[in-house]
Amino acid sequence: MVTSCYSGNAADYLDSSPVLLLESALVGMDRLAVQRIHADSGLSPLSFCEQVIAPTLSVIGEKWDRGELSLSHVYMSGRLCEEFMEEVLGGRSAAAQERRRVALAVLEDYHLLGKRLVGFVLKGAGIPYLDYGTVDVHELVRRVQRDGVRILLISALMLPSALKVREVRDALDQLGLECRIVVGGAPFRLDPALHREVGADLSCDTASQVLSALARLREGES
Amino acid sequence: MTSMERILTTASHREPDRVPLLLLPTLHGARELGLTIEHYFSKAEHVVKGQLRMLERYGHDCVCGYFHVALEAEAWGGCTIFREDGPPNAGPPPLTAEAIASLQPPRIADQPGLRRVLEAQGALRRAVGDAVPVLGAVISPFSLPVLQLGFEGYLDLMFDRPELMQRLMEVNSAFCLEWANAQVAAGAHAISYVDPLASSLLVDPALYRRFGNPVAKKVIAAIAAPTAVHLASGPCLALLEDLIDTGTGMVGVGEEDLATVKEACRGRITVVGNLNGIRMRSWDEAATLAAVKGAIDAAASGGGFILSDQHGEIPWQVPETTLTVLADAVREYGRYPLTGGRG
Repeated sequence: MVTSCYSGNAADYLDSSPVLLLESALVGMDRLAVQRIHADSGLSPLSFCEQVIAPTLSVIGEKWDRGELSLSHVYMSGRLCEEFMEEVLGGRSAAAQERRRVALAVLEDYHLLGKRLVGFVLKGAGIPYLDYGTVDVHELVRRVQRDGVRILLISALMLPSALKVREVRDALDQLGLECRIVVGGAPFRLDPALHREVGADLSCDTASQVLSALARLREGES
Repeated sequence: MTSMERILTTASHREPDRVPLLLLPTLHGARELGLTIEHYFSKAEHVVKGQLRMLERYGHDCVCGYFHVALEAEAWGGCTIFREDGPPNAGPPPLTAEAIASLQPPRIADQPGLRRVLEAQGALRRAVGDAVPVLGAVISPFSLPVLQLGFEGYLDLMFDRPELMQRLMEVNSAFCLEWANAQVAAGAHAISYVDPLASSLLVDPALYRRFGNPVAKKVIAAIAAPTAVHLASGPCLALLEDLIDTGTGMVGVGEEDLATVKEACRGRITVVGNLNGIRMRSWDEAATLAAVKGAIDAAASGGGFILSDQHGEIPWQVPETTLTVLADAVREYGRYPLTGGRG
């Protein structure tokens, strides 16, 4: 399991910090406040994404992990940030540290919320990714090979889907593909040993922890 | 005591002869009969035979007359995706927000899948009489939209279109109530009101109180049998007063401290739970015994407790040997009075 690369503790930020202000605006579903906090920050849209939106989503994700907020808060916060970024950035992407090809998928399941939440976080941090949607093992492995994916993010809600990650791992290994797997979702939260059982490199308890997972894989720490 | 007497006694917050066990292996019956999961659920007689064989094998305190969640999605135009190693899953959500204004609840009599469930519950009731509870289940009006619209579509509706949300709650309440009472009429002794979205893990409690709790109170009051609110692995403690306020008699407990939940519930609502089904896959005998003992020590004193899993469904990957050890451990370690002043 990984932890967030940003502080998930709101107490680490000053009261007037844009991160705290944005957290309050997002949890309160205040679209206008999001615009105002951006204007008051004096930051460019790209810098605002990197310095304010990404850490704020991390704070909200960690609060969900601690039971202080609900998944509906996490979702709506991500949605508001996505809307804001669409508005101020248009088709441009925020500055990305990530140079490896990243893909995001759900295995044989139509529970897509987890994937969407991870997508919010990646977009907020300016990390481009391939969205594979719902795929089976064969199709997922085929696409990973075709696209040269180096980091595969898999979201799972159902236990059988989580167990299918083992088949993905084995198929990638047989093909000799150097692709790291990061997993997340309820079965992995309920059984912290499960990700190792299925051959994943890392497991995230919250969507926002995906940034920390990418950083760890980048540094070769896992 | 019969299983029914055992459960009614603990639900009255008194100690029966031993801790009741609601073992819910909804899928394992297929393995008992040597059938695929899809074939198993295709006929009521399979489920009846499977449940009765497991009752004989484990000697637990219920038979489960509920098949799987996707059948309710089918009733609204959805489809079921079967797999060989887990519960049937609902396919893509069948509704859009635009359909809600003119949406009508499907009639139970028109749904072959739901009729199969009723047929099974009737046969189970005839087989066990009133000695063993026959359990039915409904997805709550507040949680059903995840199957109808998808989770994202549902959250969007809740935030963006509250008037349609209100309308959906009314339509779903009508369906939920008809479905619950059809099960009672067919033979179910009690209904599990499955409401995972009530958990503060998933939905802001303010939204639950605005939309979910009012319909829960209305529907539960009109169900003609005792109910248990089940959050399907979600923690219940943060919303416990709201759940008690629904009028239900039991609450399913997720991944949270069982002793703390029991103390908060003592004498007010019966606690059902909370063995971790995901971890249960890899339990050996010692781990199984430890889990059973731990739960009994935490929550059994004074009654008001039924041992079960967190989710309301034992995963397919849990071996039968583990379930046997589990059931034996309850009989051995769950006898009242509890030894050593436990609890």
